[in-house]
Amino acid sequence: MIPAPFEYRRATDLDQATLLLRELGPEAKVLAGGHSLIPLMRLRLAQPSALVDIGRIPGLTSITVQGDRLHIGALVRHCDLAGSQVVRRALPLLAEMALEVGDLQVRARGTIGGAIAHADSAGDYPTLALMLDAEILTTHGSHPARGFFQHLFTTPLQPDEVVRELVFPVAPGPHRYIKFRRRRCDWAIVGAAAQRLGDSWRLGLTNVGPTPMRAARSEAVLAAGGTVTEAALEAADGLTPPTDIRASADYRRHLARVLTRRALEQAAA
Amino acid sequence: MALSQLIGARIQRREDPRLVTGHGRFTDDRAPRGCCALEVVRSPHPHAAVGAIDIARAAAAPGVLRVLTAADFHEVLQGSMPVTPSFVADKRQVPPRFPIASEEAVYQGEPVAVVVARSPAAAADAAQLVEVDYRPLAAVVDLTAALAPAGPRAHQGAPDNVCWDVTYVGGDVDRAFAEAEVVVRERILQQRLAPTAMEGRVVVADHDRYDNRMTIWLGSQNPHFIRLFVSQALGMAETQVRVVSQDVGGGFGSKISPYPEDYLVPAAALLVGQPVKWVETRTEAMAGTSHGRGQVFDVEVAARRDGTLLGMRLVQTLDVGAYCGTFGAFQAVAVYVAPGPYRWGGVEGRTVGVLTNKVPTDPYRGAGRPEATHLVERAVDLVARELTMDPAELRRRNFATTFPFTNPFGFVYDSGDYPGTLDRALAAVDYPGLRRRQAELRTQGRYLGIGLSTYVEICGFGPSVPTAAATGGIALVEGAQVRVFPTGSVAVYVGTHAQGQGHDTTFAQIVADTLGVPLDQVELHHGDTDEGTGFGYGTYGSRSLSVGGMAVRGASVAVREKARRLAAHLLEAAEADVEFADGRFAVRGSPASQRTFQEVALAAYGASLPAGMEHGLEAVHYFDPRNFVWPFGAHVCVVEVDVETGQVTIPRYVAVDDCGTVINPMIVEGQIHGGIAQGIGQALFEEVVYDPGSGQLLTASLLDYLVPTINELPVPECSRTVTPSPSNELGVKGVGEAGTIAASAAVINAICDALQPFGIRHVDMPASPDRLWTQIEEARRR
Amino acid sequence: MGERVRLTINGVVREDEVEPRALLVHHLRETVGLTGTHVGCDTSQCGACTVLLDGEAVKSCTVLAVQADGAAITTIEGLAQGDQLHPLQQAFWDEHGLQCGYCTPGFIMTATKLLADNPDPSDDEIRIGLEGNLCRCTGYVNILKAVRTASRRMRDVSVAGAPARDTAALPAQG
Repeated sequence: MIPAPFEYRRATDLDQATLLLRELGPEAKVLAGGHSLIPLMRLRLAQPSALVDIGRIPGLTSITVQGDRLHIGALVRHCDLAGSQVVRRALPLLAEMALEVGDLQVRARGTIGGAIAHADSAGDYPTLALMLDAEILTTHGSHPARGFFQHLFTTPLQPDEVVRELVFPVAPGPHRYIKFRRRRCDWAIVGAAAQRLGDSWRLGLTNVGPTPMRAARSEAVLAAGGTVTEAALEAADGLTPPTDIRASADYRRHLARVLTRRALEQAAA
Repeated sequence: MALSQLIGARIQRREDPRLVTGHGRFTDDRAPRGCCALEVVRSPHPHAAVGAIDIARAAAAPGVLRVLTAADFHEVLQGSMPVTPSFVADKRQVPPRFPIASEEAVYQGEPVAVVVARSPAAAADAAQLVEVDYRPLAAVVDLTAALAPAGPRAHQGAPDNVCWDVTYVGGDVDRAFAEAEVVVRERILQQRLAPTAMEGRVVVADHDRYDNRMTIWLGSQNPHFIRLFVSQALGMAETQVRVVSQDVGGGFGSKISPYPEDYLVPAAALLVGQPVKWVETRTEAMAGTSHGRGQVFDVEVAARRDGTLLGMRLVQTLDVGAYCGTFGAFQAVAVYVAPGPYRWGGVEGRTVGVLTNKVPTDPYRGAGRPEATHLVERAVDLVARELTMDPAELRRRNFATTFPFTNPFGFVYDSGDYPGTLDRALAAVDYPGLRRRQAELRTQGRYLGIGLSTYVEICGFGPSVPTAAATGGIALVEGAQVRVFPTGSVAVYVGTHAQGQGHDTTFAQIVADTLGVPLDQVELHHGDTDEGTGFGYGTYGSRSLSVGGMAVRGASVAVREKARRLAAHLLEAAEADVEFADGRFAVRGSPASQRTFQEVALAAYGASLPAGMEHGLEAVHYFDPRNFVWPFGAHVCVVEVDVETGQVTIPRYVAVDDCGTVINPMIVEGQIHGGIAQGIGQALFEEVVYDPGSGQLLTASLLDYLVPTINELPVPECSRTVTPSPSNELGVKGVGEAGTIAASAAVINAICDALQPFGIRHVDMPASPDRLWTQIEEARRR
Repeated sequence: MGERVRLTINGVVREDEVEPRALLVHHLRETVGLTGTHVGCDTSQCGACTVLLDGEAVKSCTVLAVQADGAAITTIEGLAQGDQLHPLQQAFWDEHGLQCGYCTPGFIMTATKLLADNPDPSDDEIRIGLEGNLCRCTGYVNILKAVRTASRRMRDVSVAGAPARDTAALPAQG
């Protein structure tokens, strides 16, 4: 219940955060909302030598639309996303997703930057980032979401690199995210997202493998004029979902198909 | 006598002002001056030989006072942790259990060393530095594999893994099966559950070396038993050990038996010479606090084509865990109450206790009775389906209807009206209408299910003769002391203890009614072994009211009767002419001649006593019930199954319960609500999972062990019938477990009913979406 | 190495030296002595440790005390004014919204935030607001009822123009 000891440093800006991370070495970790990291530290499954707290760095909490892009600061919390009129207009799917992350208290602390950097394939935002070709802007430059989620908890982020902003396309069109789980507060057993973007559908899947997945075959079927049912049948193509105490791999493949169909039907409705 | 208005009144709880303002008195909320922290080093292996333990680095770590292992504890602790006969007097083998492992660790989470340090952080840091040389051994996980003649043993060198194997026969079972026109069979699983009281266990111990007095604070359902066991192990007189349990954050059975830490913490306080506190983490609780259920039932039922139930044979295979829980064999009561509310020609039940490399199972809310209800209610539904008879009709045909009713094992159901609760529940849901709706929805590809659960429950443990045999000597009666002060205010001491059941309020209602004093003049004391009667028997098995409350009632009546004799003397009247009402003693026929209870109380300490009467106004009463009490009821659950995903929703849940006379209806409803929640939790969500190969615990946190939240549970529609128990003067029964006993069967019967079109006969728990989808897919392929 | 942490707790400012690893809940319970905030798990599930941090309901087991530096904290002990219970405390009492009482402070603190954001929540909104709190005793039936009752009473009073707390007169003991 009590984390192992560590050194604590509070960064006042991103440059300083990078310098501190360099100074403290690869065992140092970035602390934002702490809702992924602190639980692991309490169980001593993570024992970082130092934490660099970026929680008070100014300028990382803005939500703006610039042209056809929605820019979201890394420290924007789940509850901010859920309540933001800008997000609700520009990318309502993100606001709806945010309201299904964790619970009221978690949503008050957890940040989108932290969730993206954590790269948990059971997380919801990585799915959206991947399927919409979002960009992840960091202290070191920019990463396209495609290629960012390399494996479970694995990204190209360097030890001294800090996420500063997420850039999504503006997509106010039909959309739906179905997060299937035993209890509403749980992580997805499988999640399926559908978003109309321009004149095509983008489809994403949560927790069906070590990374978020795009249902590319299903998208292609729709693009070629196939029906929703036909498209959904392809949703499990190429998936390597885990078998764990929540569900078998077969069941997850089945859910990928069913939820993709339902997400498309409900988005269109 | 006529009961006045307090019994039966919806009185707000007296406990609540402190609890809603953050001023509860939970064990972790206080620490003696100079208190040290204790951290337990636990075996990460389900089964391992324990070699050398290197404590050097840990002992040298900052803030560490001592690092202790089994050898140290053997200096101050003696004997083996207790195992009672419970419902199986004749056990084949009971592995001796010392509170800390020395050569062999037999479950994941078993203590192997402890660190005592100046702060919890220092203790936690140092615990990581204790190096234990483990040699992993094959783990016994699966019950069937455990019973195979060859294969690993849960304890090295044991002849087999059988803890007990006994068969009980009631009635003529062979004849029943010989006469059978239909026989149905099923295997029914009862998964392991974690009781998950929201407050974990905490133990604080402080030894006064000058007076040689040990004080132990812990959250317990029965502090007196803990004192008895721990004082014996410490070699101290019971008078030298005081156990104090104040507010307890839930128990549900998990705080009945003594735990290793209950011994290790006071022993460490002795060895270190300072007060010591241990606070369980949830991760420790999942691995180390007793689990419940963990059983497999094989049942066969014989019936006639007209729906008459004839006989039942059942085998209960019970996952005992690595050691026999102190009251672990209590769960074998499932055999005795498997007949349920029905008439049978004969019932035969075999119970087999199996040792495995898991934490011991012990009572969890209902303990054996939810299992029995689930078993018989599933079996009865299977018979109904076999006969294409309505399950409500089949139940009605077989209900016991005359009371007292003796079940095949000789247990006497005291009173009941089983058709009454069923009819009321069916009316509440409009059963015929619901069946029509079900048929209509099926044509649209929607699957509604209606599940019935009609239960009868044994509780109120209990009459002295059978219960003393079950504990190995101590009858589970109850004692209470009532002391009236000169001003007429009343202190009450009782040997039960509450973990949220509101005894402060309900017991005070009984006393205030009996003595005619205002409620706020009554103060209840419980949980401190230094106070009250010589022994207290604790709270479990829905016994507090029907045994403890009756002890309180009996002591109050004794006080009132002494006061009546004194009042007669003061009023210069014959005792038989003095009536008591509304807190006043008055001479019949001359109402002006009266004394208030307060005036009589003052006189009891004065100089005007009748000849032969001693001073004071207090009494001790031990209540030894004539029989157990037998609450009953009918629950109806309506589910809808999304057959594409296996997801279950509960649009309606109706409960009609009968717990006899009700002292406080608000508290009764609350108990039912909570009980149903835990039953639904078992039916749909909760399961302790050990990896079938390695034996590693996979549900080690509340992330993976799914306690339902407010989103997952229905609001049950609750109502009551009142059939007083003839076994006690107040007519009370028990209500703490009823909801849990009824609920899982109602939910699973509803799911099986919903899935009948797929030919699915039975569904095991938890009925997770994955499990249901798999069964539906298999059925579709058939 | 200690860090100075300055907090305004239930209106009182205090400054302490804490280890960086000290969780806010441990700081509140052990250093400040406010034991009404409870710990029920170690994976941020149960919500028993919920407090208000600058008005937000947070799980104080998942916040480092150093992260809270400079913040205003309200714990369960800070809700009542003297004998005047907060309407939520009163409603939990009136509706039998608690049994063992261990989870209750967390529920009340979360509900405080819920009603601050949404004075007239639907049952579904109450459920979603309270999903981060576990109760093992009540089946949540009377918790739902208590939040509804508090919400109604607080709205009635604010319509009447009096401060919300005035509804919460303590009835006679028992």
